[in-house]
Amino acid sequence: MSLLPFFEWCEATAIGEAIRSSLWLFPVIECVHLLALALIGGAVLIVDLRLLGLGLRRQSVAQIARDAQPWLVGSLATMLATGILLFLSESIKCYYSPPFWCKMSFLLVAASFALTVRRKVTAADESRVGPLWGKLVGLVSLGLWFGVGFSGRWIAFY
Amino acid sequence: MLYPLIETTHVLTLCLFLGMIAMLDLRLLGVAMRGVPVSQVAGRLLPWAQAGFALMVISGVLLFYSGPVRASQNIFFQVKMVMLVLAGVNAFVFHRGIYRKVAAWDEDSVTPVRAKVAGSCSLLLWAGVVVAGRMQAYNWFD
Repeated sequence: MSLLPFFEWCEATAIGEAIRSSLWLFPVIECVHLLALALIGGAVLIVDLRLLGLGLRRQSVAQIARDAQPWLVGSLATMLATGILLFLSESIKCYYSPPFWCKMSFLLVAASFALTVRRKVTAADESRVGPLWGKLVGLVSLGLWFGVGFSGRWIAFY
Repeated sequence: MLYPLIETTHVLTLCLFLGMIAMLDLRLLGVAMRGVPVSQVAGRLLPWAQAGFALMVISGVLLFYSGPVRASQNIFFQVKMVMLVLAGVNAFVFHRGIYRKVAAWDEDSVTPVRAKVAGSCSLLLWAGVVVAGRMQAYNWFD
């Protein structure tokens, strides 16, 4: 079964149509998407750097993760909302774009990892997790989010 | 291949540079990491921001030289450069001013007004730099 009809339906929605026919809507949504990227970068990095033993070190992983949580959730929600809008305006292009599928795969894995393993490890007592596991989780998280960002930028090129 | 790679580097380094700067600014505003002393946030995160800034400047200069005349004539590029300078001035004023007395307010969750002003100006100016930089791709006023 092909997903193409769904992508065609997305492209034909009134929202997609409105964004396509406007000169400034796409750039403005894109700018919000980018600003949220900076924020999600900060919220992910302070925790992953802490897991790696870099960045803030005097506070516990759990405390840094708690502090970062609302900013992570807020920026991720903003990225999803603006991302969906951008997608609706060029769904069929996305369907034929390998980087788009690459980004969605990375996003699925990165988000699942953040909600399961990473959340468990950051909330747990550090003496129970062990520094090596923490470092591994930090590295995997950074790698996965990097994959999302990298392939995302390449949607514009292919 | 080279241009997309440099541009991707430029965009993704935003996470490292502006992500760290934003976290410090939000702490200066007293809305994030309230339990962490300001001097630790600045001391531990700014080296990462500086590394990010170096990468941004290098990749940015390379992108600029791929079309210097076209870029410098673009109004968005000019606005971006002005805001970049203003952001630098704001950081200078902060570090030479209220941050020198950080010991007196290091652990306060309600920060001094001058720290809040510095944090707000930084967030607004850097957001302006990002927006102007992105809009540079659109030659609406050429």
